[in-house]
Amino acid sequence: MNPEVMTAPSIDYIALLPYIIVGAAGVIGVIVEAFVGRNGRRPIQLVLAFGSLIGAFGVLVVNRTTLGLQAEGAIAIDGPGILFMGLILLLAILVALLMSERQLDPAGDAFAPRASALPGSDDERELTTRGYFQTEIWPLFLFSVFGMMLFVTASNLLVLFIALEIMSLPLYLMAGMSRRRRLLSQEAALKYFILGAFSSAFLLFGIALLYGYSGSVEFSVIADALAAEPGQTALVVGGVALLSVGLLFKIGAVPFHAWVPDVYQGSPAPVTAFMAAAVKVTAFGALLRVMYVALGGVRWEWEPLLWIIAGLTMLFGSVVAIAQTDMKRMIAYSSIAQAGFILIGVSTATAEGLYASIFYLVAYGFTTIGIFAIIAMVRDAGGEMTRLDQWAGLGKRSPLVAVSFGIFMFALASFPLTSGFIAKFLVFESALAVDNLGLVIVGVIASVMAAFFYIRVVVIMFFREPVEGSPAAAVPSATTTLALAVSAAVTVILGVLPEPVINLIEQAGVFLR
Amino acid sequence: MDAYAPILVLGLLAAGFAVFSVTLTTFTGPKRYNRAKVDAYECGIEPTPQPMGGGRFPVKYYLTAMMFIIFDIEIVFLYPWAVAFDQLPLFVFLAMMLFLFNLTVPYVYEWRRGGLDWD
Repeated sequence: MNPEVMTAPSIDYIALLPYIIVGAAGVIGVIVEAFVGRNGRRPIQLVLAFGSLIGAFGVLVVNRTTLGLQAEGAIAIDGPGILFMGLILLLAILVALLMSERQLDPAGDAFAPRASALPGSDDERELTTRGYFQTEIWPLFLFSVFGMMLFVTASNLLVLFIALEIMSLPLYLMAGMSRRRRLLSQEAALKYFILGAFSSAFLLFGIALLYGYSGSVEFSVIADALAAEPGQTALVVGGVALLSVGLLFKIGAVPFHAWVPDVYQGSPAPVTAFMAAAVKVTAFGALLRVMYVALGGVRWEWEPLLWIIAGLTMLFGSVVAIAQTDMKRMIAYSSIAQAGFILIGVSTATAEGLYASIFYLVAYGFTTIGIFAIIAMVRDAGGEMTRLDQWAGLGKRSPLVAVSFGIFMFALASFPLTSGFIAKFLVFESALAVDNLGLVIVGVIASVMAAFFYIRVVVIMFFREPVEGSPAAAVPSATTTLALAVSAAVTVILGVLPEPVINLIEQAGVFLR
Repeated sequence: MDAYAPILVLGLLAAGFAVFSVTLTTFTGPKRYNRAKVDAYECGIEPTPQPMGGGRFPVKYYLTAMMFIIFDIEIVFLYPWAVAFDQLPLFVFLAMMLFLFNLTVPYVYEWRRGGLDWD
């Protein structure tokens, strides 16, 4: 036998430490679930989750100057990649604060004691009265965060796909774990799983076609192949289209948005916050990298596609959100509309567009976490009260909460002095810089329509008399309060003093290949 | 076109074998029907009626089936690794050990949490 046919790949474990910390914490979490008694699990899981997320963020900050392709070019740790990972970790820490909340629901936390118990069965009641808690959500959550970090830095289509699955599979489970409204939650999990599996198949088909064209799954080789042979073949066009379907599904862009309202409505509020904020950031990070690095050579193919999708997404989200009577569904449609605005930045294919998109994601992510923190707080004995008319008079009963929610609404409606205004301004500016006036006009029209339903919530909260049985916000524990305070602070500070963050994003430079 | 001829032949062979064996068994096979024999799944899982509202759905079989798939996939990766073991650097050995460890963790979890108890 000829010795050593294969040489070991060079792997810089220090550079990959943030991934290793989060992934290993997830694995240790599973071992804890196996060996530690019922009452000892939660404290250990909390230490693991917060410790690994904060630790990974710290390592990321220390490592921020070591840029380059890692693991034989499979992972690109570059400026935008580090920004995206940092943003995901910060959002995950806030989500973990929401998930550890145990004061809002009289029965405990936001998660079902055992998700496999039949909804409304004696089993379920018994588990609740005996005070069982699900602590598996923590390893699942860490695995999902690990997948997200890999997803935004994948520089190889196979790693991209695997990261997508690592991110998504735990999310399908977590969507079905709501303590209240079990049937709605299980419906959400099933819908998310089936549609997500479909979109993964589309993504795989796209990967196969691009591999067929270029003979490689690496972004840089695909980019070289496109540059060497600019004549577009059916393989490239088909590959780009199918790959975009897979990514745009996770973003929730029209026409791949159908899952968003149902899944956002059925999932437990902390998980919805996770999906609406972190998953959207992640999917945009991957979309930006794929489009700019691998497929930059066929810009003229996907730019018009993204213009149309961005326009449709903004208009559809804004129009349909007006007709919603449920708070979670309204926010879901609003998040669809917001995705459309971010797509404007993506579709410019310029560095300015990239920076504007990242800033928009920062602003949107923190605002969204705050919104779901409050949605979890407005509740009665049966769970969250999400009908819009039930929010009437919240401004009188819980002024502080209502004012915070008002700030978030104004931010999403992009009023001046909030983060949303600066974000939308930057995105429109980047589109004008490439003379795409049409899309900006559509964007402004959609913004005006969207402003209507955001302001309507503020009117309902402050200028409507409370109806019988309408809730005051429940008093949360310190964790939710902290998450809420951070989100509100970021929303306002980014609106008043955006320069430091804009500078940080611009210093990050562009994607490596 | 010639290059595709073997595929066509293979397709014909497969179809022919299917038709041949189904036809043959209807004539030659013994016909001793019982309840388990006519079930959709001979493993004993009843596809209908679904226990909606009320009864419970036994997941024991599915847990075992999933464990089988996990170890099945493990073997798929172990086999080529073992065949080429003497030509591979230490890195590949360690990588495989990590892979095996990560597969063992959910197995241990299932075992400790009673997933392997049939009753």
